Amino acid sequence: MKNIIVCALLLALVPLAARAQDEGVKLQAANVDVSNTASLQRGAKFFVNYCMGCHSARYVRYNRVGQDLGLSDPQLESYLMFAGGKVTDTMMSAMPRADAIKWFSTAPPDLSLESRIRGNDWIYTYLKSFYLDPKSATGVNNTVFPHVAMPDVLWELQGTQRAVFNTVKNPDGSSYQVFDHFEQVTPGKMTPAEFDKSVRDITNFLAYMGDPVKLTSLTLGLRVIGFLVVFFIIAYLLKREIWKKVH
Amino acid sequence: MSEEIDQSKRHFLTVATVVVGAIGVCVTAVPFVTSMNPSAKALALGGPTDIDFSKIEPGALIKAIWRNKPAWVVQRPQAALAQLPKNDPLLRDPNSEEPQQPPYAKNAWRSIKPELFVVIGICTHLGCTPLYVPQPGDPSVGPTWPGGFHCPCHGSLYDLAGRVFKNVPAPLNLPVPRHRYLNDKVVRIGENPVGSHSTYTGPLVW
Amino acid sequence: MSAEEPKLKRDYLDVTGGWLHGLREWIDARFPMSSFWKKHVSEYYAPKNFNFWYFFGSIALLILVNQILTGIFLAMNYQPSATGAFASVEYIMRDVDWGWLLRYMHSVGASMFFVVVYLHMFRGVMYGSFKKPRELLWIFGVLIYVALMAEAFMGYLLPWGQMSYWGANVIISLFGAIPGIGNTIETWIKGDFGVSGITLNRFFALHVAAVPLVLLGLVLFHLIALHEVGSNNPDGVEIKKHKDPATGIPLDGIPFHPYYTIKDITGVIVFIAIFSAIIFFAPGMHGLFLEPANFEPANPLKTPSDIHPLWYFGPYYAILRSIPNKELGALALLVAVVILFFLPWIDRNPVKSIRYRGPLYRWVLVLFAVTFIVLGYIGMQLATLFWAEIGQRLSELYFLFFVTAWVYSKPRSRAFLVGTFVVVMIIISLLDWISWAPSIAHLKLWSWLIPFGYCLIFLLWPAAMPRLMQPKPVPERVRTKARHGTHAGVRAE
Repeated sequence: MKNIIVCALLLALVPLAARAQDEGVKLQAANVDVSNTASLQRGAKFFVNYCMGCHSARYVRYNRVGQDLGLSDPQLESYLMFAGGKVTDTMMSAMPRADAIKWFSTAPPDLSLESRIRGNDWIYTYLKSFYLDPKSATGVNNTVFPHVAMPDVLWELQGTQRAVFNTVKNPDGSSYQVFDHFEQVTPGKMTPAEFDKSVRDITNFLAYMGDPVKLTSLTLGLRVIGFLVVFFIIAYLLKREIWKKVH
Repeated sequence: MSEEIDQSKRHFLTVATVVVGAIGVCVTAVPFVTSMNPSAKALALGGPTDIDFSKIEPGALIKAIWRNKPAWVVQRPQAALAQLPKNDPLLRDPNSEEPQQPPYAKNAWRSIKPELFVVIGICTHLGCTPLYVPQPGDPSVGPTWPGGFHCPCHGSLYDLAGRVFKNVPAPLNLPVPRHRYLNDKVVRIGENPVGSHSTYTGPLVW
Repeated sequence: MSAEEPKLKRDYLDVTGGWLHGLREWIDARFPMSSFWKKHVSEYYAPKNFNFWYFFGSIALLILVNQILTGIFLAMNYQPSATGAFASVEYIMRDVDWGWLLRYMHSVGASMFFVVVYLHMFRGVMYGSFKKPRELLWIFGVLIYVALMAEAFMGYLLPWGQMSYWGANVIISLFGAIPGIGNTIETWIKGDFGVSGITLNRFFALHVAAVPLVLLGLVLFHLIALHEVGSNNPDGVEIKKHKDPATGIPLDGIPFHPYYTIKDITGVIVFIAIFSAIIFFAPGMHGLFLEPANFEPANPLKTPSDIHPLWYFGPYYAILRSIPNKELGALALLVAVVILFFLPWIDRNPVKSIRYRGPLYRWVLVLFAVTFIVLGYIGMQLATLFWAEIGQRLSELYFLFFVTAWVYSKPRSRAFLVGTFVVVMIIISLLDWISWAPSIAHLKLWSWLIPFGYCLIFLLWPAAMPRLMQPKPVPERVRTKARHGTHAGVRAE
């Protein structure tokens, strides 16, 4: 009996591997730069305006964001904190969890660590890959995350697009669809270039939230290694001096 | 290999290695030691606390927690306020010379509003929280008791303005925190009044 | 070297003044401080020909200290509960001053511990440091390794991420393979019907208190045993055989202090530089040290699509998965670890060091290392048919190393070698016959060539050319650059 379970488990992994290949919509490079403070500030504003209606960043404090992004407490309150609260609060969504489950049938995930789970390229491509799909409850679908429950919150900026699929025939005569490209249906408030830049800013802010110490750890690391190089030179000279007579 | 041992070079390099190594160890200790400071979360939770005193009755004391310490608001009746100056000769620091209160509470009743007394209920001796014994002559303290606070741990006594009596172990008056009245019903502990420009951050002894 | 040199350090102490000297005498009258220092440091004689591979013992000790110190400070802020654990790790990473550094030092330290311990163990196998009279030293070492695996496994549950949770589920399920009482033991370990906050809480207790205490005790035993028998060296000769008749000091020995203290310090600095580079520039090592799925809180309703342990368990996980049978897979995993304890009685060749073991054994060992690394890689891959099959073949090579090491223990007759070859190939082919399936016939047939080639080279070839497994003469004394020129020169002789 157990053997069957194990075999079943192992077999279960095979289609997983196959699916992982199927899902492989080519991700676009996000090319984010967490040292670009202006981009992070814009990204933070987009995040608060477009994401935090449903998603929270429960481990991130406003005043830490302010400290890292060069925003004073009054600036934080006027740019990022529309719902009030204290600057020492964490970035919680106003949406009650129970409502979220009722509306989307799943709780929107917390986004503090999303960049570390999915990677920056995934987020960047995902946000750009919503397309019109009348079969879906939200009216849209996503090539990176098929049948996602999330509506296309950025549609006003991006406009709407539809996905063009190619039909590929299997040798046995059946066929399946492979995503090829998007076609703009209605224009948005932003040009495609502006929209890409904005999505990159959002991705950058998510990347920052995932690993906020990245901003400082690079310079600190260089200093530590610089110190160790000096220490090594001195210690090595002493080692050579002490070992001079050993042969 | 015919080199001779150069003792002074060896001495110099040994000292240099030990010194640089010791610097490295000390710098490495910094993150460990500072990680024990209050965290961002502790600082966030240590922000101001609002107390609603709208339902307080004359002579009553209401309690709240601010920075994990008991914050009290006491409603002092006229009789209690009248008693305060009479206590002066019995007190260590009747004029509140020690910085145990913000400048705006350095007055005869140690508060912004005379009848409302805001104080941190921590004995300045060893940190117990005193009992509120407002009744003059209360048998738990003695017949000459003018009313005030009695610390059960080591017997320190304070009057109703939190001023410490002589001949008790506590050295200082009870600490008055930064506070301001938002309106007639709510006092905020942890913020100075608007426009006071006080840099007062906290008393000597909590 | 002159006999006065070891006293170097004492001169400095004396310079600092009489009172320090007096204090030392006061302590020595009450506690064996100076004699302990002498016996185990300043007058502990180590072979003078230690090479690169001999840094890893000291470095492992350094990492142990690092893990204990950072662990203590992490435990100050961590909450061992199903509701609080994940958030408390993020609390450490974001809200605690320098908490991120402590956490990365601990998580990177765990991986680096295994890097260093694997290199340390490989050194021991390479130079025969497990052989008589160092069998117990080796056994304590393997016990440390097993304790370390337990420590790492339980520590990995604590962040309470998806990989923590499902990894613990999978590994605890292995105990279910024990016949008869498996399920009872599984439930007993979990303390619940599934992995839960109760499991987390007990793993926390074991991780921060029980196993570290065992580890410290084992490390102490390891060092006591080492100082009893003395260090081996790259030539695998006993320095105690040739002592100065006047002083009783080994002629090829030098005092650990100052020679190896300063040498180890330079090695430790280089190690810390590498360690720091990882911590500051790539603490997750691109998913190898911190897995992306573990940044998602544990969810009992959803298994991550790709579940595997951290890299250091990869080889054993590959061995486990290579056998499509729960009990036998778990047994293979167990044997793969336990067989290490018996290495001193498997490889009984009196020649210790790889330098003198003959041309073929060198490749046996290199191939063992390669097998282990590739198995580790396979352990991290999705279990596709291809990788499962390659994993099975490399698992066979893993165990074949021990067979070969046993065969190479002494000169063998032609018939013995041919006989062993035939028996091994029959066993391997039988295993293939049992697990035969038409769908993978092609894969099975060509991958059969892997163990076949291995046995052909290492068992059959020496039957034709016995000198391939014949050891070279071992020198009486250790070789150094000054006495014999460079190592390459030695080989050219």
